[in-house]
Amino acid sequence: MFGLHYNLERNAIGLVLAIVVVAGIGGFIEIAPLFTIDETVEQDADMRVYTPLEVAGRNIYIREGCYACHSQMIRTLRDDVDRYGPYSLAVESQYDHPMLWGSKRTGPDLARVGDKYSDAWNTAHLNNPRDLVPESKMPAYRWLLRNELKTEDLGLHLAALRKVGVPYTDEMIANASIDAYAQANPDTNDAPALAERYGDATHIRMFDGDGARLTEMDALVAYLQVLGKMTDAAYQPDLPEAQ
Amino acid sequence: MIADLTRAERTWAMIIVGGLTVIGLAMAVGGRNDLLGVHGWMVMIVGLAGFAMMIRQFDAPEPDPERLQHYYDAPTRAGIILTLIWAVIGMFVGLWVATLLAFPDLTFDAAWASFGRLRPVHTSGVIFGFGGNALIATSYHVLQRTTRARLPDQISPWFVLLGYNLFCVIAASGYMMGLTQSKEYAEPEWYADIWLTIVWVVYFSIYIRTLMRRKEPHIYVANWYYMAFILVVAMLHIINNLAVPISLGSAKSYSLFSGVQDAMTQWWYGHNAVAFFLTSGFLGMMYYYLPKRAGRPIFSYRLSIISFWGITFMYMWAGSHHLHYTALPQWVQTLGMAFSVVLLVPSWASAGNALMTLNGAWHKVRDDAVLRFMALAVIFYGLTTLEGSFMAIQAVNSLSHYTDWTIGHVHAGALGWVAMIVFGSLYALVPTMWKRPKLYSAKLVEVHFWLALSGTLIYVFAMWNSGVTQGLMWRTYSESGALTYSFIDSLVAMHPYYIARAIGGLLFLLGAIVASYNIGMTIRSPIAETSDDAGQDLPAQPALQAGE
Repeated sequence: MFGLHYNLERNAIGLVLAIVVVAGIGGFIEIAPLFTIDETVEQDADMRVYTPLEVAGRNIYIREGCYACHSQMIRTLRDDVDRYGPYSLAVESQYDHPMLWGSKRTGPDLARVGDKYSDAWNTAHLNNPRDLVPESKMPAYRWLLRNELKTEDLGLHLAALRKVGVPYTDEMIANASIDAYAQANPDTNDAPALAERYGDATHIRMFDGDGARLTEMDALVAYLQVLGKMTDAAYQPDLPEAQ
Repeated sequence: MIADLTRAERTWAMIIVGGLTVIGLAMAVGGRNDLLGVHGWMVMIVGLAGFAMMIRQFDAPEPDPERLQHYYDAPTRAGIILTLIWAVIGMFVGLWVATLLAFPDLTFDAAWASFGRLRPVHTSGVIFGFGGNALIATSYHVLQRTTRARLPDQISPWFVLLGYNLFCVIAASGYMMGLTQSKEYAEPEWYADIWLTIVWVVYFSIYIRTLMRRKEPHIYVANWYYMAFILVVAMLHIINNLAVPISLGSAKSYSLFSGVQDAMTQWWYGHNAVAFFLTSGFLGMMYYYLPKRAGRPIFSYRLSIISFWGITFMYMWAGSHHLHYTALPQWVQTLGMAFSVVLLVPSWASAGNALMTLNGAWHKVRDDAVLRFMALAVIFYGLTTLEGSFMAIQAVNSLSHYTDWTIGHVHAGALGWVAMIVFGSLYALVPTMWKRPKLYSAKLVEVHFWLALSGTLIYVFAMWNSGVTQGLMWRTYSESGALTYSFIDSLVAMHPYYIARAIGGLLFLLGAIVASYNIGMTIRSPIAETSDDAGQDLPAQPALQAGE
């Protein structure tokens, strides 16, 4: 064995190839089957997709680095489940490009934070967490209420997401910007069409309490309010694993 | 830099900076309605500055052809200075984010200064800015000395060093503007990733072309590690960053993978960034500078082989231990745990090999703070890999995961192992590189050593305490079967540890500033009168060689 190595370390190309092969094995065996074994992700025909406003909110969540302190992955441990709700299933992040499971809980897990607090609470809390929770370590995100949401390229966002596998229809992509406005303005004529495209469970309301402006706060709160609400698979006791 | 290039090479360099300017212009125009445009302007300014420098010195006299008989050390010298600059920046931002966790209003209502945006500036600043520049600078030096061959050409070492730093600047400025993919340690967006890929391919070509021209029959063990670092980081970087941009005029992209597959790909990347960036590369550094400084040959050639291939093979299986008890299938979690535990064998083989090398030189460890930095680094490497294997066990991980224990573990590795081996190696390297008889002040090295050690210990102990406390509070039940502590209770309990952690970080940062001052003053001190050129010339006799 050491004789073999004696020759290998005299051959630069051989050494390069050996490193690539030896290092390639582990990742290949662990990752490739995740795409081919059907049991990896549960099947749920009713799994919803994010609305354009929720996509925009998710991108703000990413932009501000929320994932650095908040996980979105409830583990199969008793205290995790007692504290945060039913453990997370793979199907729940099926359309999450990228996933935001997180690695650290400086703040609590957010996988099921949707509908847990009111829009007004979320808006006030994001604006300055210490107004509501004096001990909080979270930054005050005051600029979210100040910044108007950029909506004109949301169609491009949905189109790119479709390319990587999220089932957005042509109609959803074409109406992305209008739908984003409609979701935070329940009184507009576009709201019914939005509900028709994304389902009756879609939250259509003034998230930041101000219907006149569509702010980044509207988007982020809209996103937070659907966390854990995209499918009820986790609440079904005997979810059929894929055949 | 430019004076060392021939007329033809200067023309090539002008074409490269000209091309960079054009790319910057295209990004600025295509991304005029997007933050991509800001990066376009930055790239264009860098390109134009390079172009102006080239024009100013284009007609400088041709360099002495005799220079090709010497090693090419100018890029290493520049890399050492960049390493120190990034060390101070990265550690300062680290101290800032640590302080933010104790006093969250230090964000001053500025988005760019909030925790979520500054944290990747800290992680990328120290891992890629500080660590990456140290790896590039030392790899050029070690490669030439152990092959007795000059770097293959005059431009590409500069292209890699400066191109890599351009990537680091784009990354850090992007985070502050809010540009991130959110993948930990792979945050930069698609265009920065493409640029890094180009830089990395050239880096690999420098390595392989120099190895092909080596005058030593064997490739020294340090180069195996540097090679593994370059090759595997390329694999990881390309696969984990596969993404679809929303348009060529936008910085935003969406990862090709989603959910559980994305999580596994990300932590295959994330854990092996630790393995091949923060372990393999720095083991390469250790395998050259530690025996050199100790004046002892590597203890065991066979241990070197076993540990190298063990690390290269087994680390790649271990990433899934970041996903214990999640929606990742159980079989992958089990594989990850098993390999993480076995990984202790090659890790300790490396650490043991290094410590046994010091046998017979322990008096030098006592007297020479430079060698002591390296010895301590190896001890921390051994302790951190033991802790890592321990934390990868599911039952332990159920407590430690999501808590500050992980942060403590990472910093035991980053401060105790990575930074200490870097500072030890730089102290050993600087006098040779600048032809100075010795460092400006051995006493300041001693001061730095104790600052670094006490800073690391305070930091790691604070995070162990907070992590274990946090983990226990989250899982404590009252007699009635309800959770005893609310989340906010656990957060309040963290406050004193967060202050202690910031103090540890401050001490470590002060150490890095002392190091920068000491090295800066060494560079400004007079050149050795009887310059020992052995370190600079291509020697006739064999250099440090494998054990048998």
